[in-house]
Amino acid sequence: MTTEDIMPKLTKFVGQYVNINEITNDLDLFASGRVNSLFAMQLVLFVEKEFGFKVENEDLDYENFKSIDAILGFIQRKLAPAA
Amino acid sequence: MNFELTAEQQEAKIKFRKFVDKYVAPAAAEYDRHEETPMELINAMAQEGYLGALVGENIDPLTWGFLCEEVGHASGSLVSLLTVHSMVIQALVKWGTDEQRNKWLPYLATGEVIAGFGLTEVKTGSDARNAQTTAVQDGDSYILTGQKKWISFGQVANLFLILAQVEGKATAFLVEREREGFSTEPIKNMLGFRSAMLASLHMNNCRIPASNMVGRIGFGFSHVAGTALDQGRYCIAWGCLGLAQGCVDASLAYSTERKQFGVSLKEHQLIQELVADMITQTQAARMLCYNAAFLREIKDPSVIMETSMAKYFASRNALKVASDAVQIHGANGCSDNYPVERHFRDAKIMEIIEGSNQMQQIIISRYGYQSYITASALTT
Ligand SMILES: Cc1cc2nc3c(=O)[nH]c(=O)nc-3n(C[C@H](O)[C@H](O)[C@H](O)COP(=O)(O)OP(=O)(O)OC[C@H]3O[C@@H](n4cnc5c(N)ncnc54)[C@H](O)[C@@H]3O)c2cc1C
Repeated sequence: MTTEDIMPKLTKFVGQYVNINEITNDLDLFASGRVNSLFAMQLVLFVEKEFGFKVENEDLDYENFKSIDAILGFIQRKLAPAA
Repeated sequence: MNFELTAEQQEAKIKFRKFVDKYVAPAAAEYDRHEETPMELINAMAQEGYLGALVGENIDPLTWGFLCEEVGHASGSLVSLLTVHSMVIQALVKWGTDEQRNKWLPYLATGEVIAGFGLTEVKTGSDARNAQTTAVQDGDSYILTGQKKWISFGQVANLFLILAQVEGKATAFLVEREREGFSTEPIKNMLGFRSAMLASLHMNNCRIPASNMVGRIGFGFSHVAGTALDQGRYCIAWGCLGLAQGCVDASLAYSTERKQFGVSLKEHQLIQELVADMITQTQAARMLCYNAAFLREIKDPSVIMETSMAKYFASRNALKVASDAVQIHGANGCSDNYPVERHFRDAKIMEIIEGSNQMQQIIISRYGYQSYITASALTT
């Protein structure tokens, strides 16, 4: 799946919780206090349902979730065929 | 959303009601008085497969909801057993390692191991993310120090999911009762949930293997407890629905039998007004619970918010309906000869646990404002 396929879905989802026009794709959503703790679980459910993979114990890395860019990279890595 | 139940769901609901009528309803007042849930009852629930129903996804969300509803119809305290046990199961199913899942889920499923959920402390309740219990790494171990308070079934549980700080980052751990440095102390004389066997948990240099960590450092509150609390809110919403329905049913029966001014209470229009509101509001709570069940089934991200709304509304309704039920019962409703008095006390607890209703209001209103901004952006 390309960035162009993923981005509209991702920004639409994040836009339900954050003013998407006010943020940049690299803004740390958690550190900036833009999202609450429920967002973390909503995000897990979103990527699992929308992109069809499971977020597992070993995926629990802040670098996978902190910004729109980070989430995009995480989705792309999870969808990439195993080397 | 289809409200038509499958044959299996209808059968399950009847089976749950029969179980509750046989094992729970007749003794719930006595358990409340003695502040105890006997092991025979816990074992009976385990034998029916109720404690472990969520292991291996043997039960759909709606049927699980029915179980909590039917148990809540007779005992709020017992709902909390289903709640905390299933919270730990869900957290392990989602975030446990293979080793943790293989080791614990079979025992949690059979009820040979009872789970407790240790988040709240003396100084941190709603602000639980900032719990003060610490976990310090020492080689292949972590050493836990701190206290948890108000832990449901803490007197009997033998496996606890504990939130602790690792270098200031909220992290979840499994702690077995028999670990050295771990002890519990019963808490008595609560307003409600009196048979929920609450305890304080003490961890005094309690050493556990590093492999007992659930999830990763820093993800204990947002993800591990987050998964557990979502499950908890779901159970409590349905339990509140059952509690309210129990009060409606008791009030219908009582107002039919009790006569004042030469006619039964149900002939008085002010009683009819109370009953009409109780029925309607309880049906509204039911719809929110069904909605949460449907979203759970399709694993939609909105389930988190919608479950919060179901818990908020159903617990408020449970307290209002229980209060009106006591009113309809008059002095009898203030005595423990009738279940509505206990329901009234238990309903108040429902507004406080699994995130107090103020916490639910904060997140629901914030979500509302954001939805408004998002909708405005789409139309401008
Ligand atoms: C019967 C029972 C069983 C329980 N079982 C468990 C269990 O198994 N495991 C566990 O970990 N905990 C358990 N608890 C604890 C429960 O989760 C907490 O009581 C709850 O989270 C509230 O925390 P608190 O009591 O410290 O209240 P506080 O957080 O001190 O709040 C006090 C009041 O202030 C309000 N408040 C707090 N912050 C705000 C704010 N920002 N804005 C507006 N209002 C606010 C609250 O809503 C509440 O009304 C149990 C409690 C009870 C009564």
